[in-house]
Amino acid sequence: MPRELLPYFLAMVLLVIGLYAIVGKKNVVKIIIGVIIMEYAVNLFLVLIGYRSGGRAPIVTKTLNEDPQRLREFMQTAVDPLPQALILTSIVIGLATLILMIAIAIRVYEKYGTFDVSKIRKLRG
Amino acid sequence: MEFSILPLLVAIPLGAAFILPLFHRVKRSAKIADFVSIFSAGMLFVLTLSLFEDAREILWVGRWSPKSVVGISLYVDGLSRLLLLIINTVSLAVVLYSVQYMVRYTSRILYFSLFMLMVAGMNGVVITGDMFNLFVFLEIASIASYALVAFGCESEELEASFKYLILGSIASTFVLFGIGMLYNQTGFLNMAQLSEHFQTAGVSRLAVMAGCFFIVGFGLKGAMVPFHAWLPDAHPSAPAPISAMLSGVLIKALGIYALARLFLNVYPVSSAFGTIMMLLGAVSMLIGVLMAVGQWDFKRLLAYHSISQMGYVVLALGVGMGVLSRGGSTVVAGLALFGGLFHLFNHSAFKSLLFLSSGSIEYATGTRQLKEMGGLRKRMPVTGVCCRIASLSIAGIPPFNGFWSKWIIIIAAFLAGHPWLGALGVLVAFLTLVSFVKVQRYALDGELPERYRNVREVPAAMGLGMIILALICVAAGVLLLTPPLKSLIMEPARDALLKTSEYARLVLGG
Repeated sequence: MPRELLPYFLAMVLLVIGLYAIVGKKNVVKIIIGVIIMEYAVNLFLVLIGYRSGGRAPIVTKTLNEDPQRLREFMQTAVDPLPQALILTSIVIGLATLILMIAIAIRVYEKYGTFDVSKIRKLRG
Repeated sequence: MEFSILPLLVAIPLGAAFILPLFHRVKRSAKIADFVSIFSAGMLFVLTLSLFEDAREILWVGRWSPKSVVGISLYVDGLSRLLLLIINTVSLAVVLYSVQYMVRYTSRILYFSLFMLMVAGMNGVVITGDMFNLFVFLEIASIASYALVAFGCESEELEASFKYLILGSIASTFVLFGIGMLYNQTGFLNMAQLSEHFQTAGVSRLAVMAGCFFIVGFGLKGAMVPFHAWLPDAHPSAPAPISAMLSGVLIKALGIYALARLFLNVYPVSSAFGTIMMLLGAVSMLIGVLMAVGQWDFKRLLAYHSISQMGYVVLALGVGMGVLSRGGSTVVAGLALFGGLFHLFNHSAFKSLLFLSSGSIEYATGTRQLKEMGGLRKRMPVTGVCCRIASLSIAGIPPFNGFWSKWIIIIAAFLAGHPWLGALGVLVAFLTLVSFVKVQRYALDGELPERYRNVREVPAAMGLGMIILALICVAAGVLLLTPPLKSLIMEPARDALLKTSEYARLVLGG
């Protein structure tokens, strides 16, 4: 397999594991864990596509900015910072979703007295 | 740099959403909530109307140059303006309605706070020009809507909300994965830069795979048929005004708009994606209406019709893409896209109105079961007339708006060489008519049951919200198809999609 396809492969494996947990498991908590696995599969994917082996931290200093030659060299070796910014946002969004999910799961448990989704069925087809 | 009003479209509702909870413990907090939300919804409506002065408007947030990879652009063209008009008109009508309807619930202030958050997210989705920014706004609107579905905190509502939450999270994950792939393949996140890159360098195979992820993700958000399981639970479980927002606006802004923007403007128009959209649309139309015919719960019936009617829109977009990718006549493609967008507008008016009238009936009688209703026309004249107008519109009876848009879509399907899809459109329109004859027959006409002898018409503010939408249903059919409004609202929206790759030049050039 070509090296640049490795992140795709890894993320896909995790994504499918998460999907399996959501589709195949009956326990609400396990389903929530499945959603988290899926979210982290994507976060991991974003980290990996920005990574460059042996890369430097992408911080431009003042001296670097004044020297075009070194700046060009720096651009070629630094890690891509944009995906890291994306992940920070996506982790925060994931946290918000997770909190809401758990809050609703607790309320569902109070109402139905069970975590088994096959027994939480008051709505019909 | 001159002053741009675009950020206000997001900032006003977002500000309102976070100011409102501060008044939670204050005396007369409900009055403050009403005032703040009516004021912000009104402001948004006025701002949207003022956008119609210019052909298009663009703002690079933080003054990044169009050449930069990191800048986020806000861009409003004909398509975004049509969506903004839909969102802000419906939300104004719904806020007016909610003021009275939500009296029965506790904590009106939190309701309006979540409502405004949802409006902020939807406005953001339609004005942003950046893929990741679109994802963020999509999540803002979605999280607010998950919470609103569960707002009643009864067991059915919690169950529906949990289901919606799980499927919604899968959708968001797929969208984000797609965005990551696109970034890895092209090095851009801005939609215009992506479009330019695809025109010069072509679409790589992994970018096509990202497109498939977007179809699943946005298809889930827009409840296209293989991905529709959450909608018939979530939409009826929410309070009626929220059902109206979810069915009338949310699935369009988050699902259909994003699909149209991506596959007509960002990706080069391809026949494969066009065929997928056509299939999704055709299946949604048929399955949605077949499930709806047998329903006896009024709101659940309406929810299934939402799936079916959105099928028309996606079918029209798919037909348009098919014609464009074959290099066929732009007149036919334009007709299909025009029909789809017109139906999008019309559906938002009549479906919101139907949900609001179902809410009024529930408010007055306390039931949603069609079999328990009857003869309500005599006791509730305003709701009766509004419900009847909306039913005639969705069923496609001539003078009302639903007829014109379905007619245009069906004609476009025939002209584009898909007679079977046209015939399917006619069949689905007929089944819709059957289903709404049932609604009329059981809810409005017939014998008034003994226990409803004393039901009263809903308060005036609720009636006002419904009357606004009813007037749109009556007037839109004629007004939007004749010159002043047609060339102001509908044609720019169609042209934005029709001139597919112009998008990049318009955004980056000016």
